[in-house]
Amino acid sequence: MIQLKVNGIEQSFNGEPEMPLLWYLRDVLGLTGSKFGCGVGLCGACTVHVNGQATRSCVTPMRDAAGKEVTTIEGLDKNGLHPVQRAWMQINVPQCGYCQVGQIMQAAALLNSKKKPADHEIDEAMSGNICRCGTYQRIRAAIKAAAGEMT
Amino acid sequence: MSEIENVSRRRFLTGGMIAAGALVLGVRYYGKLSWGDQLPHDTNADHATLHPNVYLGIEPDGTVWIVASRSEMGTTSRTTLPLVVADELDADWKRVKIEQAIGDKRYGDQNTDGSHSIRSFYDAMREAGATARFMLIQAAAREWGVPATECETDLHAVVHRATNRRAGYGDLATAAAKLPVPKREELKLKPKSAWRYVGKGQVSYDLEALVTGKATYGMDARVDGMVYASVEHPPVLGGKVKTYEDKEALKIAGVRQTVSIDPFQQAPAFQPLGGIAVIADNTWAAFQGRKKLNISWDNGTNETYNSDAYKNELRATSHNPCKVVRSIGDADAVFAKGGKIHEADYYVPLLAHASMEPMVALAEFKEGKATLWAPTQNPQAVQDIVSKELGIPKEDVICHVTLLGGGFGRKSKPDYVAEAAVLSKKMGRPVKVVWTREDDIKFDYYNAVASMYMKASLGANGKPTAWLQRSVFPPIPSIFDVNTVYGDPAHLQQGWTDIPYDLSNLRIENGPAKAHVRIGWLRSVANIYHAFAIQCFTDELAHATGRDPLDYVLDLIGNPRTIDFKGVEYPNYGASMEVYPWETGRLRRVTEMVAEKSGWGKRKHGKGTGVGIAAHRSFLTYVATVVAVEVNDQGEVRIPRVDTVLDAGLVVNPEATRAQFEGAAVFGASVVRSGEITATKGAIDQSNFQDYPVARIGEAPYQTNVYIVDSDAPPAGVGEPGVPPFVAAFSNAIFAATGKRVRDLPITKLGLS
Repeated sequence: MIQLKVNGIEQSFNGEPEMPLLWYLRDVLGLTGSKFGCGVGLCGACTVHVNGQATRSCVTPMRDAAGKEVTTIEGLDKNGLHPVQRAWMQINVPQCGYCQVGQIMQAAALLNSKKKPADHEIDEAMSGNICRCGTYQRIRAAIKAAAGEMT
Repeated sequence: MSEIENVSRRRFLTGGMIAAGALVLGVRYYGKLSWGDQLPHDTNADHATLHPNVYLGIEPDGTVWIVASRSEMGTTSRTTLPLVVADELDADWKRVKIEQAIGDKRYGDQNTDGSHSIRSFYDAMREAGATARFMLIQAAAREWGVPATECETDLHAVVHRATNRRAGYGDLATAAAKLPVPKREELKLKPKSAWRYVGKGQVSYDLEALVTGKATYGMDARVDGMVYASVEHPPVLGGKVKTYEDKEALKIAGVRQTVSIDPFQQAPAFQPLGGIAVIADNTWAAFQGRKKLNISWDNGTNETYNSDAYKNELRATSHNPCKVVRSIGDADAVFAKGGKIHEADYYVPLLAHASMEPMVALAEFKEGKATLWAPTQNPQAVQDIVSKELGIPKEDVICHVTLLGGGFGRKSKPDYVAEAAVLSKKMGRPVKVVWTREDDIKFDYYNAVASMYMKASLGANGKPTAWLQRSVFPPIPSIFDVNTVYGDPAHLQQGWTDIPYDLSNLRIENGPAKAHVRIGWLRSVANIYHAFAIQCFTDELAHATGRDPLDYVLDLIGNPRTIDFKGVEYPNYGASMEVYPWETGRLRRVTEMVAEKSGWGKRKHGKGTGVGIAAHRSFLTYVATVVAVEVNDQGEVRIPRVDTVLDAGLVVNPEATRAQFEGAAVFGASVVRSGEITATKGAIDQSNFQDYPVARIGEAPYQTNVYIVDSDAPPAGVGEPGVPPFVAAFSNAIFAATGKRVRDLPITKLGLS
């Protein structure tokens, strides 16, 4: 039995401990905000926070999530109004939107550790998150806008 | 001719979305309406001549329902088309609710591709809004006993200023529903000065859902009792299962069974590829089970396909005379005279779409009917293929369209949806098919690999006295007929037969190429390789003759004129040549503008830096792009700045249009930097983002400036036209920065490092 907390709620899982956290969140808990993009940690669409760290849930087996606190987009802010989410709307970042949940989770983790990231720091932190629609310049702008709001 | 009929009293629309007594309008083309007592998916012969393209409903509480009939994959068409309706209706956008249509031919064309959603539906949307507005005014005028001509609308209400009376749309809906529908001639469309939303734009209707994870994509669809499927496809197109063993797969916890899917009958079109499906209780178990399958394949005839050898074949074909598709003067006679001749070969490999959401679909086959939930660009094609695969009537195929996690043309081809339908029928329960990224990369409908041979004879002032261009590529129609080897007019037109230069001697040819993989539409399609060849060759000629590339391309475009396509098969993207003539003056103007905006000739370029320019018309939109690059000693290429100017006629949603051109630059950056699909013995070599990389944040342009020409010309496309000129301008910029000419894409083998 694996015990973990997802968005503040205690959960227990007695399935296959090798199952990636992503599929537990999506198929078992029905939290479909986190997305499947590549399955091998190359695109970042599945990014969640595990104990506050941005983590690729598609390559994180459930056994590694035991005893951890997992935050998904559904739990980032109860009203969906985290400064990063607000900035994403203000700058009108999304096109198709599929990768944006992962981008937002990655950006939120970045701003937790770095209040005013410079361009190269943003690029470094966000380089694991692919956006095929090509919204990168707005992502960069939105991170700066959110950084302004969070200080 | 579009007709509008009041269908309020008929049984209509799904899910009780429109309340009884609501005013409901359907705009449609052709013929008379005879709805009977049918639900909208019960298409029949009567419906076959009807092509409604919008539904608009107004509730007594003032809620305005607008049905989006085209798919949303990030271009914002689901928002922008309803915005046109709302504008003509003079509706308050905050009180508009958008409902996504199922696949149904009454909406007209629903294949959301070809950058024509606005172009093809703008008038119909305006009429839909204007018709409702007309009826609401009539209803108010009757109630007040005043002439309708004295009434006007003011944001969701009808007003009579002389008597200071005002009635909300909701209050008028019931009375308006009893009135006859006005004829098209009676409609008075708003003047431009009164437009509320058109030209100003609006963010996506779904914006909040997109940033909170609440938006529903195909990947997120669920129904009770569904199982998950992952399919091992034949590695080579046209291959078949010889034998297979699933004992180990069935040992995986959560795996229920395996199911065989028949191989397709030639040609592949949108049929499932065939193979072995693993059915499981969750996605991951299905993936794991697949890895344990032991399958022996009969690879079929495409096993002979190797992309390296194929490239040489295409090139060899392009070096010999091919089929002439357009000719002016006598290019050969000029070449025969000798003089300064410049030749070049250009090559673009197969490209994969790699939308962030891999192919996925949920199907439920029950009591002879199939219900699908799919991220599809083309729900009517879903109806067609599922109907064929399951042997049920088309009207018994109900396709719900979810949001799409990217499309780029891949999701116009519903093979993956048909796969889910076939499996649901076999299983007798709902099945969700989830493709892995590896499936997505290996089983795509690729943008064609293309080889272009270019030849020009240069006169005294550097201008070409003769121009020859030959393209060779496996054509898209090969997916419908495997024996098709020549380009069709719909794709030869894409930046090839319509070369906009003022040339006295021009010959355009196309050579044969047999397809060994599925070829399909990908964002801007043949324009990518055609514009790459023409615009890079132009740059080469400029340098060969010591001319400035900007001056040179303007010189070749020549004086403003309308291109005469007499004797040439030029479909003009399906648009009328009268309404959308090919005007070189507009191409010239965007080129001059981008030069000015980018500071062409005014910026200093140090070592390893440079700029490139390209101009191209596609999907009826004129675009010119300047790309700046920096290449460091390690050969790493940065794109600090892109300037792009577009003339797309009337632009309904400038904000969404800017986003499309920003995105097109990133898409183009991927094409130039790393876009390459290859095959060995018929099987695709690439599998995921490690070997099919797409641009990441640091590889994308740092800043793309988009300038929209203010125009009253009819609306043209914006989703695709940004890609082709970017690809060429980026390639030309790399030459300017490094002296290395980009003739083969991607640049991985250029030796920059």
